[in-house]
Amino acid sequence: MDMQTLYLIVPLAPLVGAIAAGLFGKWLGRTWSHRITIALVAVSFFASLAIFQDVMEGHIFNGAVYKWMSSGNTSFEVGFLIDRLTVMMMLVVTFVSLMVHIYTIGYMEEDPGYQRFFSYISLFTFSMLMLVMANNFMQLFFGWEAVGLVSYLLIGFWYTRPTAIYANLKAFLVNRVGDFGFLLGIGLILMVFGTLDYQSVFANAHNYVNDMAPIPGMSVGLLTAICILLFIGAMGKSAQFPLHVWLPDSMEGPTPISALIHAATMVTAGIFMVARMSPLFELSETALSFVMVIGAITALFMGFLGIIQNDIKRVVAYSTLSQLGYMTVALGASAYSVAVFHLMTHAFFKALLFLAAGSVIIAMHHDQDIRNMGGLRKYMPITWITSLVGTLALIGTPLFSGFYSKDSIIEAVALSHLPGSGFAYFAVVAGVFVTAFYSFRMYFLVFHGEERFGKQHHDHHADHDAHSTSSGHSDNDKSHDHHHGLAPGQKPHETSWVVTLPLILLAIPSVIIGLVTIEPMLFGDYFLESIFIGHDHHAMAEMREEFHGPWAMALHALTTLPFWFALAGAVSAWFLYMKRPDIPAAIKQKISFIYTVLDQKYYFDRFNDWFFAGGARGASGLLWKFGDVKLIDGFFVNGSAKLVGMFSGVLRGLQTGYVYHYAFWMIIGVSALLTVRTWFE
Amino acid sequence: MIFGYPLLSVAIWLPIFFGLLVLATGNDRNAPLARVIALVGAVLGFLVTIPLYTGFDRLTSAMQFVVHDEWISRFNIYYYLGVDGISVLFILLNSFFTPLVVIAGWKVIEKRVAQYMAAFLIMSGLVNGVFAALDAMLFYVFWEAMLIPMFIIIGVWGGPNRVYAAVKFFLYTLLGSLLMLVALLYLYNQSGGSFSILEFHRTPLPSMAVQVMLFFAFFMAFSVKVPMFPVHTWLPDAHVEAPTGGSVVLAAIMLKVGAYGFIRFSMPILPDASHYLAPVMIALSLIAVVYIGLVALTQSDMKKLVAYSSISHMGFVTLGFFIFNAYGIEGALLQMISHGFVSGALFLCIGVLYDRVHSRQIVDYGGVANKMPVFAAFFMLFAMANSGLPGTSGFVGEFMVIMGAVKANFWYAFAAASTLIFGAAYTLWMYKRVIFGAVANDHVKHLHDIGGREKLVFVILALGVLGMGLYPLPFADIMHASVNDLVVHLNISKIPN
Repeated sequence: MDMQTLYLIVPLAPLVGAIAAGLFGKWLGRTWSHRITIALVAVSFFASLAIFQDVMEGHIFNGAVYKWMSSGNTSFEVGFLIDRLTVMMMLVVTFVSLMVHIYTIGYMEEDPGYQRFFSYISLFTFSMLMLVMANNFMQLFFGWEAVGLVSYLLIGFWYTRPTAIYANLKAFLVNRVGDFGFLLGIGLILMVFGTLDYQSVFANAHNYVNDMAPIPGMSVGLLTAICILLFIGAMGKSAQFPLHVWLPDSMEGPTPISALIHAATMVTAGIFMVARMSPLFELSETALSFVMVIGAITALFMGFLGIIQNDIKRVVAYSTLSQLGYMTVALGASAYSVAVFHLMTHAFFKALLFLAAGSVIIAMHHDQDIRNMGGLRKYMPITWITSLVGTLALIGTPLFSGFYSKDSIIEAVALSHLPGSGFAYFAVVAGVFVTAFYSFRMYFLVFHGEERFGKQHHDHHADHDAHSTSSGHSDNDKSHDHHHGLAPGQKPHETSWVVTLPLILLAIPSVIIGLVTIEPMLFGDYFLESIFIGHDHHAMAEMREEFHGPWAMALHALTTLPFWFALAGAVSAWFLYMKRPDIPAAIKQKISFIYTVLDQKYYFDRFNDWFFAGGARGASGLLWKFGDVKLIDGFFVNGSAKLVGMFSGVLRGLQTGYVYHYAFWMIIGVSALLTVRTWFE
Repeated sequence: MIFGYPLLSVAIWLPIFFGLLVLATGNDRNAPLARVIALVGAVLGFLVTIPLYTGFDRLTSAMQFVVHDEWISRFNIYYYLGVDGISVLFILLNSFFTPLVVIAGWKVIEKRVAQYMAAFLIMSGLVNGVFAALDAMLFYVFWEAMLIPMFIIIGVWGGPNRVYAAVKFFLYTLLGSLLMLVALLYLYNQSGGSFSILEFHRTPLPSMAVQVMLFFAFFMAFSVKVPMFPVHTWLPDAHVEAPTGGSVVLAAIMLKVGAYGFIRFSMPILPDASHYLAPVMIALSLIAVVYIGLVALTQSDMKKLVAYSSISHMGFVTLGFFIFNAYGIEGALLQMISHGFVSGALFLCIGVLYDRVHSRQIVDYGGVANKMPVFAAFFMLFAMANSGLPGTSGFVGEFMVIMGAVKANFWYAFAAASTLIFGAAYTLWMYKRVIFGAVANDHVKHLHDIGGREKLVFVILALGVLGMGLYPLPFADIMHASVNDLVVHLNISKIPN
């Protein structure tokens, strides 16, 4: 089989699976639906492995599959660019997707929408692969929006729940705000370069370094404008401040997709995109600074929010936001390979954490409130150990995968000289403490301490149910996510193998992938052709000089600030939530102001609901009632009809049918005409 | 003339002939027969237009399949037909929709079936005439005649307020057309006694004042049909009152003749005035995109919402035309075709709900997905296409027009791209309230999913929407030569320096 066929198989296999399960799911039945989709995603994974091997032998592919459209002198094509960056993403996407497909068998067991779910996640895999394999901006945008669509469908999977269908609309619209910028950026590229093909754009970018953007009334560099517009797209998809608001709400979707879409793959599309565009971003320091500051804000401030969450999935969601911020900071520091490296390690340990959280949720009979858990390690040993592995990787414990990527990010930021790098350095270092704190808070509350389940419990929806206006949880609600909590006296137990197997398979790379791959990925020439770094950005070069192998790096870390911060975070969590649980309560009382601000997520949702959503609805009503109804229809259209009516009414009044009336008007007319005539003579 | 018969004449007169045949079946006792004849006529009407596509020569911008016969020779009025890359697709689109409308009205229409079907068949032929006519008088006749069946459809099979809507529709569009007649007569004199549209393209019009006045006259006729802001208010009323089939044809086909008028008459005949007035046209187009997009947001009637959405999408068409580059013009033409599929499909979706619940109000629904999952899936596809999702036809035109607009002025593109947000907001918000959620009331509880006949129509449209989205090249390819020629022509001034 030649390679080109293999390239096609990678995205098309999941697409076929999606169509099969989606259109013929009823006919195929549950078992065959998941067998077919899983088999096809596995095909895609193994094909990616084969391509990986081929690419490592130096075979890079850049070519069209078919011509989509042409206009003027430009042709728009659907095509693939297969290089090392692409193939790494393909492996991550197909591997995590495969794990999630298997896991879904257990998680969605009782759900009536079983086949539909498999169809969606396979469709997602197809879309994400189209995104990462694109060799041009048009196809990138296709993949970009297609993953957004599937995310929309999956967040709203349980469409009878008001919170879910609020969250999915919100996610779609916030993403559209990002896409708005993204599309304009693509427009500028097409206008200036005359093509949307990556290679031609990258090859010519350096000719435009000193050009101004063709935006009337604004004097901004062309490449700066393009990069910032593209990055606005990334801010939407990768949930960067202030377009982050959709991601926590997306937890309304079933847990497998939180792992696949809202942690491991889709939300990292923005990071991938900027890394792919490194030849453009490297030419605009303003854009890089912007990227770094946005990332730093996200990394630190979203981490704070993780501390006060009580919904197990939301803690992980805020952690995801914060980690995406880390990746973005790395992009801003011109350390693209580090960002992509963290993207990869994060994909494994964050998917693991989400799936482990899902396993806990199954065991807790769909109660997601960590205040109702505790002591679960006795009942679910595999979930417990794998969660611990994921947590240790997340907080950056030396030798775990997260350590290598996160430490490299901190290192890279320290070496950056761009405006804003000082703040970014502070944010990422402080973020280490925060990450360790909220991660271990959750870990201890779930797996250690007193067993709090099976008692009268808090309503897990209490703190995020503000939007559920109607009684959506009615009796015809078939989704199984609703009967939550264990009955008194009931004990949780470990979940079935379809759930725990993916946990184990994800735990392995969560530990070792950093150790194994840091050398080639960051300091070797793995990304040589894929990522471009400008000559005056030295961070990566300096890091390479200081690097003496992964073991030495881990040893060295014991003497640095981030390690002690992480340790301090973990220990404080243990002290505050295991030893002295009275203290957090007291703190909450004492500084209730800060608690409220955090609880309200810095008031972003309130503001957006009031200003943007409310504003648009208000403007809409006003424009319609006054513009269309009153002014155009009321005044002009019906007004002129009335005018005609009045005029004809007058005329009709004159036509009385009496001869002497007509004779009278004739006399007046004749005399008037005669008068006029005498004037002119 | 290929295949031995004048294709365009057949495309026009075959549906009209079948329309008359259907009328001849008389009253509703023969309704089943009327339906079958109508379907046969509509399908045949579509089949005879296919050679127009397959036999089309893509390398030339000249008129093809030309028919040129005497008609009223005293005034040099000819029966003169022909198509180029711009008009050919609209004849296909129009003929494609006629069978769908017939199938959609199969069971729903129970009163005056023959007359209903006949009106659509006759209208189909007349609209083909509009797109094929190369003689201005012939064009005018078809243009005005086309109004009559639509007027009857709204006035007879429409909703409770149908008379107001029908009269508003008729007067609005008639008023504009009269000024166009004056303009045509002026051009007749100016061109030395010819009504040939191609002759008009060459007619020298050295005075800007004259060009501007003629532009205004055409504008009055075409802008109402598109419709452009601020002469759009007849459309929501007409849609709300029209029966489903009427709305489908109105949105999918009738709106296109206005835009077609701009590109066939205003722009090539009056290139200088077009350039001079382009800022106004662009401003009106952008108002349509943004203002109407906002207005659509709070509509409580689904049909009204989709009607406003139509106006907003047609704003992209006029925007694309008046930025004068190939991206914009081709994008606009593709947007016209896509809008035909998508808006037609959305009106059919609303029709499906209306047939069951007899309400178009959003508040009367909620949780329809629980009872009609297959319908919900189709509706989702069309809603996404309406939001311009890549991979659906709705994306292609919008994408190209935005790309063209960046070239003209970044801020045009900025305003136009806001549809990414507004378009998604009004469409998906409606979808959410109608389809998602728990079962809202007893009406919804007793809904039954779409049957085979409805599924057939939706499958055909879904294939159109996805096919055009994933592979728009066949649609764009056919128009290249004509559009490139038009772009060149537009840059040749008729005013000597």
